[in-house]
Amino acid sequence: MSFPHRHLLGIKGLSEPDIFYLLDKAEEAVKLSLQREKKTSTLRGLTQINLFFEASTRTQASFELAGKRLGADVMNMSVGNSSVKKGETLVDTAMTLNAMHPDMLVVRHSSAGAVALLAQKVDCAVINAGDGAHEHPTQALLDALTIRRMKGTVGRLTVAICGDVLHSRVARSNILLLNALGARVRIIAPRTLLPTGIKQMGAEVFSSMKEGLKDADVVMMLRLQRERMEGAFVPSVREYFRFFGLDAEKLSYAKDDALVMHPGPMNRGVEIASEIADGPQSVIEQQVEMGVAVRMAVMETLMLASGRN
Amino acid sequence: MTTRILENVRIIDPSQQMDEIGSIIIENGKIAAIGASARNQGAPDGAEVINCNGQIAVPGLVDTRVFIGEPGSEYRETIASAGKAAAKGGITSIVTMPDTNPVIDDVALLQFIQRTARDTTDIHVHPASAMTKGLNGKEMTEFGLMMEAGAACITDGHKTLRNAAVIRRAMTYARDFGALIACETQDADLAAGGMMNEGLLASWLGFSGIPKEAEIIPLERDVRLAELTGANYHAAKISVPQSSKVIRRAKDKNLNVSAGISINNLTLNEVDIGEYRTFFKLSPPLRSEEERLAMVEAISDGTVDVICSSHDPQDVDTKRLPFPHAAEGAIGLETMLAAALRLHHSDQVSLSRLVEVLSTKPAELYGLDAGSLRIGSSADITLFDLEMPWVHYKDEIVSKSKNSAFEDARFTGKVLATIVSGQTIYSDQ
Repeated sequence: MSFPHRHLLGIKGLSEPDIFYLLDKAEEAVKLSLQREKKTSTLRGLTQINLFFEASTRTQASFELAGKRLGADVMNMSVGNSSVKKGETLVDTAMTLNAMHPDMLVVRHSSAGAVALLAQKVDCAVINAGDGAHEHPTQALLDALTIRRMKGTVGRLTVAICGDVLHSRVARSNILLLNALGARVRIIAPRTLLPTGIKQMGAEVFSSMKEGLKDADVVMMLRLQRERMEGAFVPSVREYFRFFGLDAEKLSYAKDDALVMHPGPMNRGVEIASEIADGPQSVIEQQVEMGVAVRMAVMETLMLASGRN
Repeated sequence: MTTRILENVRIIDPSQQMDEIGSIIIENGKIAAIGASARNQGAPDGAEVINCNGQIAVPGLVDTRVFIGEPGSEYRETIASAGKAAAKGGITSIVTMPDTNPVIDDVALLQFIQRTARDTTDIHVHPASAMTKGLNGKEMTEFGLMMEAGAACITDGHKTLRNAAVIRRAMTYARDFGALIACETQDADLAAGGMMNEGLLASWLGFSGIPKEAEIIPLERDVRLAELTGANYHAAKISVPQSSKVIRRAKDKNLNVSAGISINNLTLNEVDIGEYRTFFKLSPPLRSEEERLAMVEAISDGTVDVICSSHDPQDVDTKRLPFPHAAEGAIGLETMLAAALRLHHSDQVSLSRLVEVLSTKPAELYGLDAGSLRIGSSADITLFDLEMPWVHYKDEIVSKSKNSAFEDARFTGKVLATIVSGQTIYSDQ
């Protein structure tokens, strides 16, 4: 079986076999990352450009390491908004980079759809590292890999996604992926942080943690950005934590062996209590580890699909 | 004295309830005789006789909402290029919006548009006056002087006035000059950050939506103020059935209130945005299919009076951007009639009603000498083939900007010729 996509722009459009293909490939990469010799020559001679229009330490580092372990030449461009401020449009930036003949572009942008627009204008494979509130496919894949390694399966598990779904690309990609693999998805959030039509997006919706977490196998917490918790969407941090922050009491409603996940970076004491983030049910560090493996799998797969490896 | 005769033509003129095969005799740019009764009158020596082979002639179309780049953004569209596009679309009169740089808020600027139009285009151009200076939403422009200079209406273009007291005073003051107040209604706070129609599609694309309430709330406000002040008020671009209900209620109360709709909201829906296609980023946003159908019904039942193109040229610098940063708007002069004919071919709106809302009614509401082929009126005529199939290719777009929401669209029904004051200014040959 092969992988029938040129880019990875989102989970939307991926079939169940596509997802399993990537997860299986990532398993191999996990093993590689545990060896002393972590570097292979799979992508030797290929050029990977990490183009981050929005600041990110973790994701960018993860993609950089993934590329380097596969032997690719990796260049980081943290454009911030500098080119944009100089008046250069995204498409111009894309054309400029395209002229340098990269083989892979890893792109993060604050606007939904920006990565897809860029992908139309370049000749190489494009990987979406997060676009606005649209999608963050490698995050959903690494979450699935983490769950599968801990639980043996993803299908038929009950996964509760809690917090700022409205602004979250992680939530959208996860809803798509978990549904594709047959998991039961629950959403728990204050109504101001729910997108319109959420009930038709393939999720059960709860506004109480007690009900929403009941018998859950996995609890995924989402980050709540500071500017959204001071009156705009929720009145205060303490009110949010009281009703929607994950603490020991709320976690006790989930299954005893429920996994606790967070895409990072965490706001301790806002969406998650420190004792839970560092507790025995937390797999937050494993998520980071799986992140490198998933990104290696994605890059290797896309290069294989385009005949560049 | 020049005479032109259109023979064997199906004339549809709602202003005189005419739908019949006959002739149109044009003398010195005016209609001299029309209808079945004008047949076989014998052509005077030197008359030009054109056999129309049963094709349809209607009063030249009137587009009451046209945004142009002149002055300020001539690279997007000039009055001359808009005139060519309009002629190709069978439009003989346009009302131009004041959203230019500088804003049309002064008599000298209004006259600049009129002069440029006189010198560079064959169609009739009627500039609208800004309602507030620089579209600042605060100080009124000189309605009296602007109307005296020939302003078609008072409007702040794309801008919705936030301050209810300002619009109340504008409505009150406009009455002294018989001025039509035309407004787009979208609450800036409710629509803030919104990229498209609020709903499931927007949610999947990762966008905040523009709720229909953002349109209805300022519309309700304006209609109540129109009732209070007795103003002649036109809701220029409504898009949801709840808005037509507001208009219907106002009409039932005999208020001087009318409504228009963009052709885009009648023939496209939010699904057309697909994966972030910026040519479909419009204001008002494309709505759901149910809402579109309800608006077609509102055209049919007489609640909505006018179809406009909402022609809004944008270039790559404002459209080839990530969707959130792209400008709103699409060109529409060349496709307004063809798109509207879809509503006829789908048996939703009668042909005569379409002509009424594309020509007769807008001319009447805006007080223009157009929209009718009665004897003595200016011979502004659109001749079209109701059944001719064609494709709107990008390469054939006449507008300087190519941001058409109908790129590669298939149409049935094509403009054959456009006649202004008796002269053929466009011909499909």
